[in-house]
Amino acid sequence: MIPELGLFSLILAFFFAIIQGTLPLVGVWKNNATLSNFAVPAARAQFVFIALAFVCLGYSFYANDFSVLYVASNSNSHLPLVYRLAAVWGGHEGSMLLWVSILAVWTMAVTMFAKGLPTSFRIRLIAVMGLVSVGFLAFIIFTSNPFERLIPAAVDGRDLNPLLQDPGMVFHPPVLYMGYVGFSVAFAFAIAALLDGRLDITWARWTRPWTTVAWVFLTLGIAFGSEWAYYELGWGGWWFWDAVENASFMPWLVGTALIHSLAVTEKRDAFKVWTVLLSICAFSLSLLGTFLVRSGVLTSVHAFATDPGRGLFILVYLVVVIGGALLLFALRAPTVGLGERFDVVSRESMLLANNVVLAAAAGSVLLGTMYPLLMDALGAGKISVGPPYFDAVFVAIMVPGIFLMGLGPLAKWKKASLPEIGTRLRVAAVISVVSALLVPSVMGKLTLMAAVGVFLGIWVMSTSLILLVNRLKTRQTAVPNLIENLKGIPLAFYGMLLAHIGIGVFVLGVTLVKGYESEQDLRMEVNDVAHIGNLAFRFEGAKEVAGPNYLSSLGKFIVTSNSKEVAVLHPEKRFYPVQGAMMTEADIEPGVLEDIYVSLGEPLENGAWSVRIYIKPFVRWIWAGCILMALGGILALMDRRYRIVNKKETREAQEGFEA
Amino acid sequence: MKARHKRFGLIAVGLILLVIATVLITKSFRSNLVFFFSPTQVEKGEAPKTGSFRIGGLVENGSLKRMPDGLHVQFKVTDTAKSIPVQYKGILPDLFKEGKGVVAEGKLNENGLFEASQVLAKHDENYMPPEAAAAIEAANAAKTKESVK
Repeated sequence: MIPELGLFSLILAFFFAIIQGTLPLVGVWKNNATLSNFAVPAARAQFVFIALAFVCLGYSFYANDFSVLYVASNSNSHLPLVYRLAAVWGGHEGSMLLWVSILAVWTMAVTMFAKGLPTSFRIRLIAVMGLVSVGFLAFIIFTSNPFERLIPAAVDGRDLNPLLQDPGMVFHPPVLYMGYVGFSVAFAFAIAALLDGRLDITWARWTRPWTTVAWVFLTLGIAFGSEWAYYELGWGGWWFWDAVENASFMPWLVGTALIHSLAVTEKRDAFKVWTVLLSICAFSLSLLGTFLVRSGVLTSVHAFATDPGRGLFILVYLVVVIGGALLLFALRAPTVGLGERFDVVSRESMLLANNVVLAAAAGSVLLGTMYPLLMDALGAGKISVGPPYFDAVFVAIMVPGIFLMGLGPLAKWKKASLPEIGTRLRVAAVISVVSALLVPSVMGKLTLMAAVGVFLGIWVMSTSLILLVNRLKTRQTAVPNLIENLKGIPLAFYGMLLAHIGIGVFVLGVTLVKGYESEQDLRMEVNDVAHIGNLAFRFEGAKEVAGPNYLSSLGKFIVTSNSKEVAVLHPEKRFYPVQGAMMTEADIEPGVLEDIYVSLGEPLENGAWSVRIYIKPFVRWIWAGCILMALGGILALMDRRYRIVNKKETREAQEGFEA
Repeated sequence: MKARHKRFGLIAVGLILLVIATVLITKSFRSNLVFFFSPTQVEKGEAPKTGSFRIGGLVENGSLKRMPDGLHVQFKVTDTAKSIPVQYKGILPDLFKEGKGVVAEGKLNENGLFEASQVLAKHDENYMPPEAAAAIEAANAAKTKESVK
């Protein structure tokens, strides 16, 4: 019964989504309040029924109902409870349901927290989100029903892919989807603005917090995913330029551009058309990413074609949403206006450069990701684009971009003076150059790549601090007390500083781990000692241990430095009998300065094993940088102007709108 | 300098940068495309003699040999029609198994041994790397044609 209830609620949600997406739009157009008033109740009803469907699927997993095909394919009675629940999003159907559930959460949030907006604008906003939801719900109901029955029921399930049986599976997908789907709000804001024909400072101020929240989630989601890949895949990489990763990275790049472009729209009433276009692009890339990852098109373009229903639906949906949005953009964008002018050297032009850099980076990633798929679909042969392409192009594009990050925030709006910025940044330049020569020499050998990387990392951090000092100095006469002075600076400013410092930390991590990591593949017998750097690794053998749904060979390594014990590591090789799959579980001793990473290869004769040992200097800085960026976003969100000024301005906007 | 001249200069600089960027990106893109060949194609000499490429198919049953150092391995990749010997140094991925699908990236040496720098075998038991599946499909199709003749 429960699965049928779930399907039934999905169908009800589908109808509510149709109501939410159509009637209110007509209502606003015809000035009919009765129709407009359907928006909020329909959105909330949709939320309730999607939540119910989600709970039903979760219950089927909880209760091991193997008469449900999706449960039977992705779970097993021996699977621990927490992974049974996470298995809800372990496959295609369930992750589509997660997607639409998170869209419902965002829509619900809009109905609750976007109260200050003019009524007609708010109704259009909710209606656009309803239309997005209609497509997704139809896709689930007609092509990817997670509640489909399996008759006769399976005795036991085929188990969740062992790769996914990890705490990362519990957090990574929901957080990532919160980010992906969150861009639907920015998208809806853009579409509503185009329908409305109004796009001004107030619009930017409404949109900014929503976009920032989505961006924070996406940043954290990608960072979680990267850390998960690092410890789970057993070969110590943190980013592979895999199509699945690129799918999440492209919306992040465009989303980052959007955050900066929104800043210009809010402060200077400029970049308006561009901001709208970025909002559309960010969400379009999110949609593309979802389908790339979840439709099976990556596994094989042909497998995709053997299920014509799904393939066609996806293509039509993408064309309707993206094409429709771009068409509306083409028709209405000229009415939006270009906004204030600015000089060649100004904060605006720096932010424009930032946007060009980020858009170019996203474009080059898109090219590398889609080209092989396109060639395959056209029958032009199988090719792949190697990571060296991404490394080379991405670094080349980002180096000038990150250098400009140091100058941009110091430039004045409208018209700035380069010599003045130069004078202010002398100290930062000296610190950065000295570090660029010193740090690589201390780490080992000085290479161009390491020097450039360290220079940029320190440059971003030191210029951010100089920015803060400058800001304090200009206010010093008015507010002599340092604490008061610090307190008086808006949180949004600290948010920006923190996020930029995060980029610096990230760049340092990437540079140092790329330049100075060491790796060894060894054959080790029991009590063999391996020496890497100043560390000695003694292998104490591996013993058999049974887990809840797997058998494990648990190795033991004692790591010493100058005969002092540093760590005891227990890497595992697990065998999951249900899927007949082997899994490597590396063991890591994390550290601020370096990670010690050991994973087991294969058992050889006489208890010997092939073993892989890595030393990963500064690898934690990569994720620490991401966390700082996310924290920066959160600080910016807490800025009081979103709460206090917002109310006043929206009241004015409302009056202006109704007049 | 009038504002108009300034703007013109700026647009010119922008265009030049754009052209340079496009050229660099396409160049890097071209040189990093990795093409895929089936064992039959490699046998026929269609694969590049120098640069690296990918081959795919099944790991031939009974072909996996481990060298005495425990780290070098040799195995054969087959599309059921032809097979190519492959050598690899390092730890094989978890899902690498005889009789299962595999994709390897590397270079052909002068003795016809494929020296792999990377061996890919991912996802679940039933998963077959798309390149491997395509190679076997092509070989089967060729065989059927042969038998019809």
